[in-house]
Amino acid sequence: MTAALSPTDRPRLRRGVRTGTDPLSDRSILLFPEGILFLNETAAAVIHHCDGNRTVADVVHAIGAVYDGVACEDVMSLVQDLLGQRLMVVDRG
Amino acid sequence: MDRPLGLLAELTYRCPLHCPYCSNPVAVADSAELALPEWLRVLEQARELGVLQLHLSGGEPLARPDLTPLVAAARGLGLYVNLVTSGVGLDEPRASELAQAGLDHVQLSFQDADRAAADETAGARVFGHKMAAAAAIKALGLPLTINVVLHRANIGRIEAIADLAATLGADRLELAHTQYYGWALLNRSALLPTREQVRAAEQAVAQARTVHGDTLEIVYVVADYYEPYPKPCMHGWGRRHIIIAPDGRALPCPAAAQIVGLGIDNVRDRSLGEIWQHSAAFTRFRGERWMSEPCRNCPRRTIDFGGCRCQAFALTGDAARADPVCQLSPDRHLIDAALHSAGLPHSPLRLRSNPRVI
Repeated sequence: MTAALSPTDRPRLRRGVRTGTDPLSDRSILLFPEGILFLNETAAAVIHHCDGNRTVADVVHAIGAVYDGVACEDVMSLVQDLLGQRLMVVDRG
Repeated sequence: MDRPLGLLAELTYRCPLHCPYCSNPVAVADSAELALPEWLRVLEQARELGVLQLHLSGGEPLARPDLTPLVAAARGLGLYVNLVTSGVGLDEPRASELAQAGLDHVQLSFQDADRAAADETAGARVFGHKMAAAAAIKALGLPLTINVVLHRANIGRIEAIADLAATLGADRLELAHTQYYGWALLNRSALLPTREQVRAAEQAVAQARTVHGDTLEIVYVVADYYEPYPKPCMHGWGRRHIIIAPDGRALPCPAAAQIVGLGIDNVRDRSLGEIWQHSAAFTRFRGERWMSEPCRNCPRRTIDFGGCRCQAFALTGDAARADPVCQLSPDRHLIDAALHSAGLPHSPLRLRSNPRVI
């Protein structure tokens, strides 16, 4: 199954998963075939940067520049969680 | 009151297939299908209520020539648009048109991995059409889930079904045991697998997950008759989902129309918002006030919501009883009697007959 996440991995949303906006709360959401995930602001920003081109390290750098106190581990753990839920995939090499 | 998240739009009961486990009603009243402008109004009202996902189903939704503008409008409203189809009629131009309109995801049904057995279950020679539809979907890069309803005749071929889904490049495979409503309940004695078959199926699913790993997600929906507790049907009555029947009746569950005296409203007469809040059909079993024992004080009532109202009605004649699947239900013997006859000689399958086109 999925190997441990490396800072050089390039994560992106899995096919069939996309972001959207909840019309009632204006919150960012993830939409996928059988479910919905409501996102907080930081998670939405992380996902926005996970475009399959940036590495995890790039995403951490970009997020750190905007949000104070977001550690590398926070980004890694969110991406790992989304990989576990099969909402993201990573490209390697 | 919660807000609805999903809308299941049953665009038509027309279908080129005759599957003996079809969840559509056994008897369909002659009434006109909602026209495109009516559907567009429903979608706008659904979005205002907070609906985020739209499932276009039927019958066969491709039987509607106005499917593409419907998809485009739904996507324009920001809805996640999922097409639930047999694949018959989904050739490359049609698939391309739907993809351009913004279709997010396709759920394509297969009856079996074996062509002859699949066509026999479907009551039509459609296996080839499905293979072509899968290729068209993949060629466009659309995400694809293969749906297979499991029953006694195909449950032994789970590994072959998973191999087929992988060969077709599917992202997901959903293996769902037959749910016994409508046509499936009529055909239950022929469809219900044995306990040994269910056990073997669980092993086959585990094996297929090992073989296909990350490339194919396999979702397995258990056989509720063989479970000790009921399924959390619809995640609670009138809590997350709205179903609109082809003629505009608004239901909390696809099987709810069978419940006599439910007080069903129609989107032709009331707005979706009024229906969600006030329609008797939605308020009747919302929350916990309708519950009697053994549900009323059961710690599991927040997990399974008392199970399925339609199953309670279909098997006991009273939709307010606990789901007979529950081992705490006084009606569990009804399920056990059905299980006892699984595998025994049975009457022939009654293939779904199709409604008149209006």
